[in-house]
Amino acid sequence: MLYFTRWKALAIIFTAFIVCLCAVPNFFPEKTVKTWPKWAQRHLVLGLDLQGGSHLLLAVDSNAVKKEKLEQVRDDVRRVLRDAKLGYSGLAVRGDTVEVRVKDTDLAAALPKLRELSQPLGGLLGTSGQRTAEVTDAGGGLVRLTIPPAAINDRIRQSVEQSIQIIERRVNELGTVEPLIQRQGLDRILVQVPGLQDPTQLKGIIGKTAKMEFRMVDTSVSPEQIGQGRVPPDSEILQGAEAPKQPYVIKKQVLVSGGDLTDAQPGFDQRSGQPIVSFKFNTSGSRKFAVATTENVKQPFAIVLDNEVISAPVIQEPITGGSGQISGNFTVQQANDLAILLRAGALPAPLTIIEERNVGPGLGQDSIAAGELASYVGSVLVVVFMLLTYRLFGFFANVAVAINVAMIFGILSLLNATLTLPGIAGIVLTVGIAVDSNVLIYERIREELRSGRTPISAIDAGFTRALATIMDSNITTFIAAAVLFYIGTGPVRGFAVTLGIGIITTVFTAFTVTRLIVATWVRWKRPQAVPI
Amino acid sequence: MTTWIVIALAVFIVVLTIVSIMGWLPSMRIVPDDTTFDFMRFRRISFPISAIASIIAIALYFTHGLNFGIDFKGGTLLEIQTKSGPADIADLRTKLGTLGLGDVQLQQFGGPNDVLIRIAEQPGGDAAQQVAVQKVRATLGNDIDYRRVEVVGPRVSSELLAFGVLGLMLAILGILIYLWFRFEWQFALGAMIANIHDIVLTIGFMSIAQIDFDLTSIAALLTILGYSLNDTVVIYDRIRELLRRYKKMPMPELLNQSINSTLSRSIITHVTVTLALFALLLFGGKAIHSFSATMMFGVVLVGTYTSIFIAAPLLIYLGVGTTRDAPEKPSRP
Repeated sequence: MLYFTRWKALAIIFTAFIVCLCAVPNFFPEKTVKTWPKWAQRHLVLGLDLQGGSHLLLAVDSNAVKKEKLEQVRDDVRRVLRDAKLGYSGLAVRGDTVEVRVKDTDLAAALPKLRELSQPLGGLLGTSGQRTAEVTDAGGGLVRLTIPPAAINDRIRQSVEQSIQIIERRVNELGTVEPLIQRQGLDRILVQVPGLQDPTQLKGIIGKTAKMEFRMVDTSVSPEQIGQGRVPPDSEILQGAEAPKQPYVIKKQVLVSGGDLTDAQPGFDQRSGQPIVSFKFNTSGSRKFAVATTENVKQPFAIVLDNEVISAPVIQEPITGGSGQISGNFTVQQANDLAILLRAGALPAPLTIIEERNVGPGLGQDSIAAGELASYVGSVLVVVFMLLTYRLFGFFANVAVAINVAMIFGILSLLNATLTLPGIAGIVLTVGIAVDSNVLIYERIREELRSGRTPISAIDAGFTRALATIMDSNITTFIAAAVLFYIGTGPVRGFAVTLGIGIITTVFTAFTVTRLIVATWVRWKRPQAVPI
Repeated sequence: MTTWIVIALAVFIVVLTIVSIMGWLPSMRIVPDDTTFDFMRFRRISFPISAIASIIAIALYFTHGLNFGIDFKGGTLLEIQTKSGPADIADLRTKLGTLGLGDVQLQQFGGPNDVLIRIAEQPGGDAAQQVAVQKVRATLGNDIDYRRVEVVGPRVSSELLAFGVLGLMLAILGILIYLWFRFEWQFALGAMIANIHDIVLTIGFMSIAQIDFDLTSIAALLTILGYSLNDTVVIYDRIRELLRRYKKMPMPELLNQSINSTLSRSIITHVTVTLALFALLLFGGKAIHSFSATMMFGVVLVGTYTSIFIAAPLLIYLGVGTTRDAPEKPSRP
């Protein structure tokens, strides 16, 4: 147990040294590290609880996705049947199905047309054998198109994919450092933005669907009819976005939608000095807008954002240039945000914030300071106690623990792991626990000495017997840390990481570093008695 | 000032290190060598005590209840700091009371400027929680620094709870299987009973101390589980070793010897962990205060006690060593 070949000794020193070296980038300012080669840039990342920031968990509104999918199928059915010049009635969405009734004589012609609507899931490469819709003949001319859950999930997946791209564009406009945006589970998106002073703007920017539409105002309806909610079937009542939420009757037909925008910029109106958002359409948008404005001169039209009327100006003259401006009593901030939203595009489905955790930079600073202080105090207490208890061997233990902690930082850096406040607690705890392996070895040596062994044989036996115990006792804690890593998020996961890595380095140092130190001492001193 | 303290401490440690390397320090024995306490006799006291304590803890859980934090209950938690002058909690309470948000709790948190606000989960799903936060922000105005805002909706909270409970059970199961492989099933079972005893008592403590029970608490419980087992395994390891070495020693005596010979280690490790936790508890900041307190109770007060007074004696009842050779009777001529 105490004999190391030269190669083995060198290998141990080399490994420990290299791992410790990985922690070095953390001691240099980020700017300096950036100039280093890529492989040397790995470093610890401070968790949101330490550097401040926002953690938002968003869920795609799966009901909205489902509803949209069903409505889309309904519209497809209408189009297909119209194109085929087949009469139909009772076309509607019922639960998870779209129902339509055709004449018995037309059924034979209608069914194949409707079946064409059902595509294999996953496009041409789809191998699941599932289809986007199941067409069944319910008898009596009634045809049902059922959307299987797999098709809806597929749609949700696509929605999440698109939403992530759009959110990325939006968040990047905020100019924050290294935002993290990733899918979680089927219908969720995790957004983490570090170092944010105020999450309100972030939430405003992420939470908006930003579905923009240009539609006509229905002027045929009197205020009384609006009050009674009686509006023509091709119009609907929408609220104004501003504080006295004034109702507007807006035609359902969309003249131009936000998808046709190519650019949007905040600015100021030349005459009134009010903040506005100016926009440009693409070619098809310009054409549509030109036609619509030419046909409806002196009529009011509405700019609708997420089913709220931002403004409803009267068209003074045809707008053929493909650009325009939105003025809606904005503040500068609102105009800014709206421009960002319009540039980034609309989310395919509304997102709901289902979890939010923000830490202000002040608390983060305090937590770092507290974590540092606790680490120093904890380490000093343990180091002093070990020296008082085991003297020379206490010193050996302290060296081993120092290497242990350095290695923890090294591995954390190597993994680009996130350090959280509970994570720091995990390291402090590891210091308390790491010496346990030394205590186990030393107590065993004491026992072996008492049972009358010679110093060298006692040390040898002490290591042999204690190492088995160290292994067993650490694996149980490691299992707990692994489970914690699996179930935990954020700060708690940070704790699991440092705890788990701490156990690995503890076992490593006990088996190699401590043993090597003591073996070297034995070879050098040839002790007649062990001062333990 | 701080720099000087650090320098002074560094000098102190260097001097102490030199002194100890040179062997000028007297040898310190926290536990005398070769103790022979009859730990097994205590099982007649420790088992009833633990049984009663566990019953009390369970009763507390059902009567006093656990203070579920927003992780598991949903709702909103705001840690705010007033920018000018101490916070007027009564005034804040009236202001927030008019918002109709149901149960709103305010609590001084640290300094006179710091207030912790807890708002119960709002009916109406995930979006309703966001509306509540907006209302609170609008009411509190600009004279406030939001140090921490956490909003957990009903969907996430129910998942976190399920995950937490699942995690605890998974950990216990995983450890049980590991111990079963490494030892015999009696050891695994004994450790498990001791373990559940630890968790029950710690939950009782959290109920009395009204510590927020959240994800961090699950982390604390799992760590307590790990370390309490660490202790237990060390003693079990020794028991196994002695079982192999002394084929005829009676069980109580064998267990006593196992505990006595590992006693020094148990206590020294106990002290180092306590020192580390002590530092965390005093200086680690408010954010992990309840975490440290729970660990202090679980690891320091309960864990070691359990290993010595519960886990080890349990082996007698679980039938370890019953198949051993009968102790040799003193031979009579």
